[in-house]
Amino acid sequence: MSTAPASLDAGVHEARLRELDEVWGTKPGLRGQLTAVNHTTVGLRFIVTGFAFMLVGGLLSMFIRLQLAWFDSEVLDPQRYAEFVTMHGTTMMFLFAVPIMEGFAIYLIPKMLGARDLPFPRLSAFGYWCYLFGGLFLYSSFLFDAVPDAGWFMYVPLSDATWSPGLNADFWLIGVTFAEVAAVVAAVEMIVAILITRAPGMDLRRIPLFAWAMLVTAFMIAFGFPPLILASILLEIQRAFDFAFFEVARGGDPLLWQHLFWLFGHPEVYIIFLPAAGVVSMIIPTFARRPIVGYSWIVLAQVAVGFLSFGLWVHHMFAVGIPLLALALFSAASMAVAIPMGIQVFAWIATLWSGRPWLRVPMLYLVGFFFVFVLGGLTGVMLAMMPFNWQVHDTHFVVAHLHYVLIGGLMFPLFAGLYYWLPLASGRTPSETLSRTAFWLVFIGFNLAFLPMHLTGMLGMPRRVYTYSEEMGVHWLNLLSTAAGFVLAIGIVAILVDVALSFRHGPRTARNPWNGGTLEWAIPFPVPLYNFASVPVVGDRDPLWQRPEIADASARADGMLGEVRDGQREILCTGLLSGEPEQVVRISNSTWLPLLAALSLAALLTCFIAKAYAVAAVMLVPLLGLLGAWAWTSGHRHAPTHLDVTADLRLPTQYAARNAPGWWALVVSLLIDGSLFASLVFSYFYLWLGADAWPPAGIATGSWGPQLLALGVLGVAAGAVQFAMRAVRRDARATAITAWLLAAVAGLAFVAVHGWALWVPVGPPQAHAYASVVWTLAGFHAVHVLVAVLFATFLAARVHRGYASAARPLDARVAAGLWRYTVGQGLVAWAVVHLFPRFA
Amino acid sequence: MLACTLAACSGPFSTLDPAGPAAEAIARTWWLMFAGAGLIWLLVMALVLWALHRGHDTRALAHPHRLIVGGGLVLPPLVLAALLVHGTLSSDRITGSGEPVADRVDVTAARWQWRFRYRDADGRVVAESVDELALPRGRTVEFRITSADVIHSFWIPRLGGKIDAIPGRVNRLRLRADEDGPMPGQCAEYCGLEHAHMRFEVQVRDAAAHAAWLAANRPVAPAATGAAP
Repeated sequence: MSTAPASLDAGVHEARLRELDEVWGTKPGLRGQLTAVNHTTVGLRFIVTGFAFMLVGGLLSMFIRLQLAWFDSEVLDPQRYAEFVTMHGTTMMFLFAVPIMEGFAIYLIPKMLGARDLPFPRLSAFGYWCYLFGGLFLYSSFLFDAVPDAGWFMYVPLSDATWSPGLNADFWLIGVTFAEVAAVVAAVEMIVAILITRAPGMDLRRIPLFAWAMLVTAFMIAFGFPPLILASILLEIQRAFDFAFFEVARGGDPLLWQHLFWLFGHPEVYIIFLPAAGVVSMIIPTFARRPIVGYSWIVLAQVAVGFLSFGLWVHHMFAVGIPLLALALFSAASMAVAIPMGIQVFAWIATLWSGRPWLRVPMLYLVGFFFVFVLGGLTGVMLAMMPFNWQVHDTHFVVAHLHYVLIGGLMFPLFAGLYYWLPLASGRTPSETLSRTAFWLVFIGFNLAFLPMHLTGMLGMPRRVYTYSEEMGVHWLNLLSTAAGFVLAIGIVAILVDVALSFRHGPRTARNPWNGGTLEWAIPFPVPLYNFASVPVVGDRDPLWQRPEIADASARADGMLGEVRDGQREILCTGLLSGEPEQVVRISNSTWLPLLAALSLAALLTCFIAKAYAVAAVMLVPLLGLLGAWAWTSGHRHAPTHLDVTADLRLPTQYAARNAPGWWALVVSLLIDGSLFASLVFSYFYLWLGADAWPPAGIATGSWGPQLLALGVLGVAAGAVQFAMRAVRRDARATAITAWLLAAVAGLAFVAVHGWALWVPVGPPQAHAYASVVWTLAGFHAVHVLVAVLFATFLAARVHRGYASAARPLDARVAAGLWRYTVGQGLVAWAVVHLFPRFA
Repeated sequence: MLACTLAACSGPFSTLDPAGPAAEAIARTWWLMFAGAGLIWLLVMALVLWALHRGHDTRALAHPHRLIVGGGLVLPPLVLAALLVHGTLSSDRITGSGEPVADRVDVTAARWQWRFRYRDADGRVVAESVDELALPRGRTVEFRITSADVIHSFWIPRLGGKIDAIPGRVNRLRLRADEDGPMPGQCAEYCGLEHAHMRFEVQVRDAAAHAAWLAANRPVAPAATGAAP
């Protein structure tokens, strides 16, 4: 692998590498596989599982195409067709497109940043299991003949209990939300990893563009997924407990679903596209053999796309009857996305034009990307044009457009990336024969399948019809689409076969076969699970081009963190802006906890969909127990507060450092939770806008007394937490324990008092959409208080056992931060629930 | 339009075979955008291919940033501004907002049929029909559209854009038919198993024939003169 450095005895060096292998390695056998948390392993799992779901989703689309190949055909009956269309869209969006990019990111980001692993390995492993179980949960609906059938955007009232009385919609709502846990935890992981685990010297202007893209994407997930998660929760509550959010007769509004869905759904498109664009930005410089042109332009464009994408959701709703002026604003915003997109496309062209292009397989797929994606982008601008949208909305024109954008924007870069980074996983370069044949099959098959669909749509064929009449005159076009669709499918299977074969038969290669400039290419083959024996130091955007010797240096165990201590996995964290070394973070070894936690969550949701609500509530016990064990093992009472990184650099550990990853994870999680809460408050005001009276007849605002009492009790809890935090900092153990327990008791008292304060005036939540949303707001906050109560109790135990102290305050800081947020959320919820109706 | 005369673009459901002013204006917009998008796409692909295959011309681009500014900051806003101006200018013709309206039809979508109630200038219901829509030739008609159950979408491709039929809401749409059929309408929002068959026929007649048709299709129950939705 590498020769022993002069500074170290050869024997010592070998021993260090062996020790690194042992500490970072996965245990042999099934046990090792089930407990693995390493980012390389988890990332590859995401990728393999993602492709497996893609094959299933693709198989469904083959049946769809067979059914549509000719008029009046009967391959699928209408029910099966509805199921297949729904599951095809759902699978490709939620179980393929988003997770596969997460897989690429989980696999690549630490390697590109020069890190050994992600900061929260257990969390990404947990995310993977949630993704897998969520997907299986969704597909288990086939066993119960209750396959979701209301279309992948699940519009109410079609998906409510009246029009979808079976479990079909429940499988969708619960399964998709379960799988989305993976996206949300990956967002936390990515933001923290990219902000503070970069190699020393990698300041903001040297972050690889894929990492920038993932950072923006992670923030978009943080703000974009909560509206859908909330909508799914609201609809599931309505279906299970007869609440009234979307029901017109009881003051609800079906359009609320559409707003929440597209508040997620449009950013979702860019959540899928931005990482793929990041892939393009990584591959182009390598094959242009020069640094990217317009690095800052691309970063700004990515950020601009992130912001703009949240202002476009209504362009999916141009035909629901929203006032024209509002539509015009959304139309202009939708078109404005063309600007940052244009910047990126022309930056890539400029890079190729000013370099010496080298047309290897990954680059070939990128040519396909330009061809397809630019077309999809142009039809996107057309769709932003309102009158044209009114004509082609919900027709096959849109089907064509979205496949051009998603297959062009995601699949072609994905395959390019797959071939580009394949040597990291296989140690071999891909063949140049089958991969090129497969490219042409995919490219020709795709265009012949989807280009005609623009026309079928304009000739009047709506989407989601299981058949069409001869007089529509679109059967020849459809036949062409179907035939070409099969060519596309063969091409995709050929790519996967080629990739699988190349693990066995490709030409073996040494490190860095493409001569790439970024840190992932510094790693020797086969890639060790710790990535870098010593943390590399970088001084350029393309560090390997500037100083090729980084590769050898980082494979030697004589640099930063080269020596294993206490059998612990250690990573180095750096300053958010500066990229200077700041702390040493000890992360988890292999553990059963992620798998068991995901399993108990799966059990809980299974009980819920079986309508065994009491059992589901009991299932909270093992889940909370496991999460408690997780939290308890996140620190050590004798953990060192400082460690030597090299002979002359001593840094604090995360237990003592201010910028600890755990603290950042809390901040990001609260951002996500705040977005969820904001979506709920949005729903409240949206329902108010459509209401005649607020609160409606028969529901009162109630008296001030109990409401103010509840607020007072919450204030007591807040005070107790402040006091407890100060006691921890002074190491006054007994006081701290008492104060944390007082906070817990006050929290419980608040939930009881507030429940009573609401029950008297509002009554049961089923009465009216007002009651439903008020109870949900209060319940949402109550859940937060209960979680905070658990944290306070946990902290009392931690202080008692000596884990949380003045020297290691991280636990207490996290708990206090959560409490402050919860109290703040409570104030907003209280004002919305109790003040607003009095003045509305 | 010239290209619309191509046989491939005609058809009873074809948006490219317009039979009224709104559909015609939109079809014109489409052909305009089609030409513009085609040019832009050719330009981008030409640049990509040139950048990749410069043959013996190994000179690098002298000012690469100018390409980014031109393609990212200059070209898109120009094209988008032109589109927005075009959209604003054709908007009245498409929405029919300036036209006098004497005919009103209330549309109720339900799984899986279309119910039409025709009102006279005083708002009285004068006729009813199901899955069959009668329109006076050359007169703008205002539709007030709602749903009795799930969300549907009201769409007559040869006359103009669609608008959703949503329970608890009434959406308005103005259309004018200048030509005779066939021009079926159909549901465009997935609404359940028979969505694909949720269609209605549109019959366009001159003023006299239309009045005769209305007279022949009086509401069965006089009580149907209830308030407008």
